[in-house]
Amino acid sequence: MKRITIDPVTRIEGHAKITIHLDDNGRVTGTEFHVTQIRGFEKFTEGRPYYEMPGITARICGICPISHLLASSKACDAIMAVRIPPTARQLRELIHCAQMVQSHALSFFYLSSPDFLLGMDSDIATRNVLGVIAAHPELARDGIELRKFGLQIIESLGQERVHSSWIVPGGVGSPFSAHARDRILADLPAAKAIAERTIAFFKGALDSYKEEIEYFGSAPTMYAGLVDTPGNVQFYEGGLRFQKADGEIAADHIPAEDYANWIGEASLRESYLKAPYFKPQGFPDGVYRVGPLARLNVAQQCGFPKADAEFQEFHQRFGAPAHSAFLNHYARLIEIVCALEKIEMLLNSPQILDKHVRATAGVNSLEGVGMVEAPRGVLIHHYKVNEEGAIVWANLIVATGHNNLAIGRSIQQVSEHFIDGTKLHEGMLNRVSAVVRAYDPCLSCSTHANGQLALRIQLRAAGGELLDEIATG
Amino acid sequence: MPQKKLSVRIDGELISAVEGQTILQAARANGKRIPTLCDLEGLTPVGACRLCIVEISGTDRLFPACTTPVQDGMSVTTVSPKLTQYRRVSLELLFVERNHVCSACVSNGHCELQAMATEMGISTVRFAYNYPKLAVDLSHPRYVLDQNRCILCTRCVRVCAELEGAHVWEVTSRGIHSRIVGDLNQKWGDAKGCTSCGKCVQACPTGALAEKGWAVEEMVKKNDNISSLVRRRGVQA
Ligand code: FES
Repeated sequence: MKRITIDPVTRIEGHAKITIHLDDNGRVTGTEFHVTQIRGFEKFTEGRPYYEMPGITARICGICPISHLLASSKACDAIMAVRIPPTARQLRELIHCAQMVQSHALSFFYLSSPDFLLGMDSDIATRNVLGVIAAHPELARDGIELRKFGLQIIESLGQERVHSSWIVPGGVGSPFSAHARDRILADLPAAKAIAERTIAFFKGALDSYKEEIEYFGSAPTMYAGLVDTPGNVQFYEGGLRFQKADGEIAADHIPAEDYANWIGEASLRESYLKAPYFKPQGFPDGVYRVGPLARLNVAQQCGFPKADAEFQEFHQRFGAPAHSAFLNHYARLIEIVCALEKIEMLLNSPQILDKHVRATAGVNSLEGVGMVEAPRGVLIHHYKVNEEGAIVWANLIVATGHNNLAIGRSIQQVSEHFIDGTKLHEGMLNRVSAVVRAYDPCLSCSTHANGQLALRIQLRAAGGELLDEIATG
Repeated sequence: MPQKKLSVRIDGELISAVEGQTILQAARANGKRIPTLCDLEGLTPVGACRLCIVEISGTDRLFPACTTPVQDGMSVTTVSPKLTQYRRVSLELLFVERNHVCSACVSNGHCELQAMATEMGISTVRFAYNYPKLAVDLSHPRYVLDQNRCILCTRCVRVCAELEGAHVWEVTSRGIHSRIVGDLNQKWGDAKGCTSCGKCVQACPTGALAEKGWAVEEMVKKNDNISSLVRRRGVQA
């Protein structure tokens, strides 16, 4: 028996390792996905004032701090038992949509596009964002512009591009200015045009990814995502919907505070990530996926004209629910379209400049749960406090955590299809890494630490001796 | 009786001072700045932080400007490589002693400790961090005491005693075990002597004492108010 280790997986956020077991004929017998960092946020926040949690937990991640700020602030809103001012809610949604745009642009253009623009087997030395800039300058420029658009909104609202502290318990820190609104509105048409160009390009190229679509984590699973009452995709508000693999709704409109009745968390031997599952189905049958694909699967529609046209085309081509993890890339582009339309709606809202943006209160409830859709899927912050407001217990369930088992299964499927242990080459292993990237996992989030990105692949014999090794910086 | 005039040199420049002034006061009166942290205008100086150290000709020792009285003919140096080195070490030791996590702190961007570190060009700390496990006292309805961020400057102790007259805060234990405590080591919320005036919060140079409910970066201290209150009331430091 032989074993291949991919350690760490590159072009993802965080640090992970994959082990692939081969039999003597070089056939895949099993795979493991290890997340090799440990999370400690739940422990070291004990004793801190609850209202510090948004600021502390935002530091879990430099890619989607806004998601943590939002989930955490919502949990704090619940502890304060306040309903935040309507304008604060809209402003939170606005910054959240902007984050969705910038994070999806990062995943699509910077991290994953090297695989499908340059080819899974292309030279590893240039299979990166710089290679994309050289080979497809137009597309690369679009990617940079789109990400910049999202970051500019975040900056104009939050005063900082990455670690803004503008989202606070009870609402937001300061009202929006007419000047900033008008500037974003002026830049919006260009951003929309980029989104449409990119999605048209991607749809045109879909036929060349037939094999990836078929084998990249295409095993049916359950899905979970937030929807509003009519079933529109929701990023900020809404209740949690679980959908069975055949499309039937398993549970609907679950409010944040009820999550624990529906989601169980199993500990795994080989990883620091816990594996959440849909409780009524048990473990491991209740494995579900979250994220862009899951959101488009559970919802009836996006609720905006351009996004809905794309939504329908997507499901016509790939079914409802669509199962291939590769389609997350497609779903990300549709969500960018949807987020841009939502940004436009919010900017044009008559209340958006209102000055009442923050509710104040002390501790009025000893427990609070906040739930939002992070770019990578459902994010839950759950805190318990004492009478004085000190955190006594915290639990965070992060998007990549929900997807943990599904990622493992997708790795198995890709490995079985693409890996032939008798003649190992880097392109095969890149496909294994690429399926992980399709989920755009954020392992710094899910384990709440960070690591370096470098790739080492080892092929070992049953006795442990090194048969083959491929390494990159 | 008119106070006696003294002649002093500060960084080579001849200035006139008044008997009874500290080096810091004389320097300030002549528009010269010396870095300080524990000092707050209007409160009795205690010389706790050692940031204001200066060189005095004729002696190898360094003296805290905030507590050393001027003497006639004194020649003081406030800027030198040696002083910079000592000031940096003092600051670095403040950082390693407790848990100063600026990124998650209410006072981030408005913190005197942080500003001083920036001014001294400190980007890394050369000593091992202590990582003590310290409590946060959230028992007061409006304010919070976070021992993690306390640098033991004792401004809170002094403002409470000298300006508010409540004498709630004290320092307990010695050396590295020293802690600010309220009313004979009660929780703040149980401290009967506390008038909830908030002067200690405004006087505190870091996020150790803060108003409740503020998010990261939102706590802006108004310690000018303390100094102007002192002036208006004519309290003698
Ligand atoms: S200001 Fe003089 S010792 Fe602190």
